Amino acid sequence: MINSKKMYPLYFLLPAGIIYSVFFLLPTGMSFFYSMTWWTLDDWEFIGFDNFIQFFQEPSLRIGFRNTLIFAFTTMGGKVIIGLLLAVFLCSKIRNKNFLRSVVFFPVLLSTIAVGITFKTMMHPTTGLINTALAKIGITGPNWLGDPSIALLSVAMTDIWKGVGIATVIFIAGIMAIPNHYYEALKIDGGNAFQGFWHVTLPLSRPALNTVIILALIGGLRTFDLVWAMTGGGPGFSTDLLASIVYKQYAGGFYGLATAGNVLLFLFVGLIAFPIFKFLNRKEVDL
Amino acid sequence: MSLKNEGSNALKESQVQTVKTENDNHPAVSPKKKKKKAHGLLAVEIGAVLAAILFFGVPFYFVIVNSFKTSGEAAAMNLSWPNAFQAIENYREVLTLNDGIVLRAFMNSTIITLGAIITLIIVCSMAGFVLQRRPGLSKKLNYVILAGLMIPPSIVPTIWVLQSIGLFKTMPGIIFLESALHFSFATLLYTAFVATIPKELDEAALIDGCGPFSLFFRIIFPLLKPVTSTVIVLSSIQIYNDFENMLYFFPGADNATVQLTLYNFTGLYGTSYHLLFADVIMISIPPLILFIFFNKKIVAGMTAGAVKG
Repeated sequence: MINSKKMYPLYFLLPAGIIYSVFFLLPTGMSFFYSMTWWTLDDWEFIGFDNFIQFFQEPSLRIGFRNTLIFAFTTMGGKVIIGLLLAVFLCSKIRNKNFLRSVVFFPVLLSTIAVGITFKTMMHPTTGLINTALAKIGITGPNWLGDPSIALLSVAMTDIWKGVGIATVIFIAGIMAIPNHYYEALKIDGGNAFQGFWHVTLPLSRPALNTVIILALIGGLRTFDLVWAMTGGGPGFSTDLLASIVYKQYAGGFYGLATAGNVLLFLFVGLIAFPIFKFLNRKEVDL
Repeated sequence: MSLKNEGSNALKESQVQTVKTENDNHPAVSPKKKKKKAHGLLAVEIGAVLAAILFFGVPFYFVIVNSFKTSGEAAAMNLSWPNAFQAIENYREVLTLNDGIVLRAFMNSTIITLGAIITLIIVCSMAGFVLQRRPGLSKKLNYVILAGLMIPPSIVPTIWVLQSIGLFKTMPGIIFLESALHFSFATLLYTAFVATIPKELDEAALIDGCGPFSLFFRIIFPLLKPVTSTVIVLSSIQIYNDFENMLYFFPGADNATVQLTLYNFTGLYGTSYHLLFADVIMISIPPLILFIFFNKKIVAGMTAGAVKG
């Protein structure tokens, strides 16, 4: 029998523990206090919940909650549905699947800023590639990023384009782990391909589905880079997400307010992601 | 990718691995209908390749072809082949611009990525090993680790901490910070993977006189290779492409990283799309090389340790 205290010493955790505590846990803990201050880094003054009140009262700050929710759930939905369909397709008996898998995964490798800038030029209302192509088939394309009513969705579409590859890879890994005999049993019972998808693939790739949902949701709630590269939060505040509002407050020197925004973002992510995470894990099906 | 890690998954993991190998081709089509479906399948395949070209190929072609044009032609933002081909000039201009800020950025990004990845591999594999092997430990610390996946870093307090210990705007500072921010992901992967390594191995090593260090570094660590590859690919791509944290925690012209060079550009050269796109192409090359080398490992590592973790 192994003496775990001797063979698996706790000091193995020390390097990771120190780095994680000093550079992540400690600042996170501090943020609760400093979110209630007027802060200049050198000096602070305690002001209670004023920063939070300001966040909920100013429309330009409040809009961040609504936009963040819309953005996170749109991109999550898109990545789940498109990623799952792509994965099923790329696990079928097609010849080019390795090529196609690489193609779909490739945008994941790219920098978000580069993707954002590229799509921003392609979404230009008059000279942009998308509207020029639409004009050729007789459609007048919208002003993708200039129209406040659709700008957020344009950014979300770009995010799906860039991130669907990782969802697809996770789904492929999940689907490939499903034992063959489930499909054989279904075939003996006379099931068709759609029934195979509905009754075998879908329920048994549940762990992959959970992973994709949680990762996409957390990623969506925290998005900053893409909005920054594509719209900078505009037009007006129509694409401002919580993370970009935090940046604006930080850049403006409102450190206490930025920290309060950070705390709200943290609570927001927790309140949305944590219950979903719990719920999904409870319903997980074992292979 | 693992959001749940318990030792009891050890058995399931190993099953998943064995099943995966014998199950690579999927039996969605019944043998009777095979011939009839062959034509339909070909059409679907052609359709798929065309769709892939339209949705993923066109944007790439757009960026590449415009990085070869003169500034005037690039401003038209179309897909046409350049009339005046000046690829070499564009790329050279990007590299020499602003006293070679792009080259400096490449250096900085490489050092940060390498530093953070090496740190992550060493400290997270050690942590993952002990977390999995000590009974009940990973359960106790589960939420602390998960917090790192969910919670966004709190910016100003982090800057304050970095300043207080004299690491703000320094290379070690940003390397430690990136390691801390990717700690949870890597540790969860390692913890899940260690569960697939039988404990009997530890016992044998103990009998042969191994201490904890030689057990871990000589026996366990080499066995963690698949998951180490996954960590290398996914974390280094994320760190290399990180914009937000570099913007906050590593500001200044001397500290430029590749992502920020895109911005130095648009700021300086308003609409110089030809140079901007040349920069986009250049900074995309390192992740591409990494991907070519580790392509197959990504799915393998995820199947082994992540999805079922």
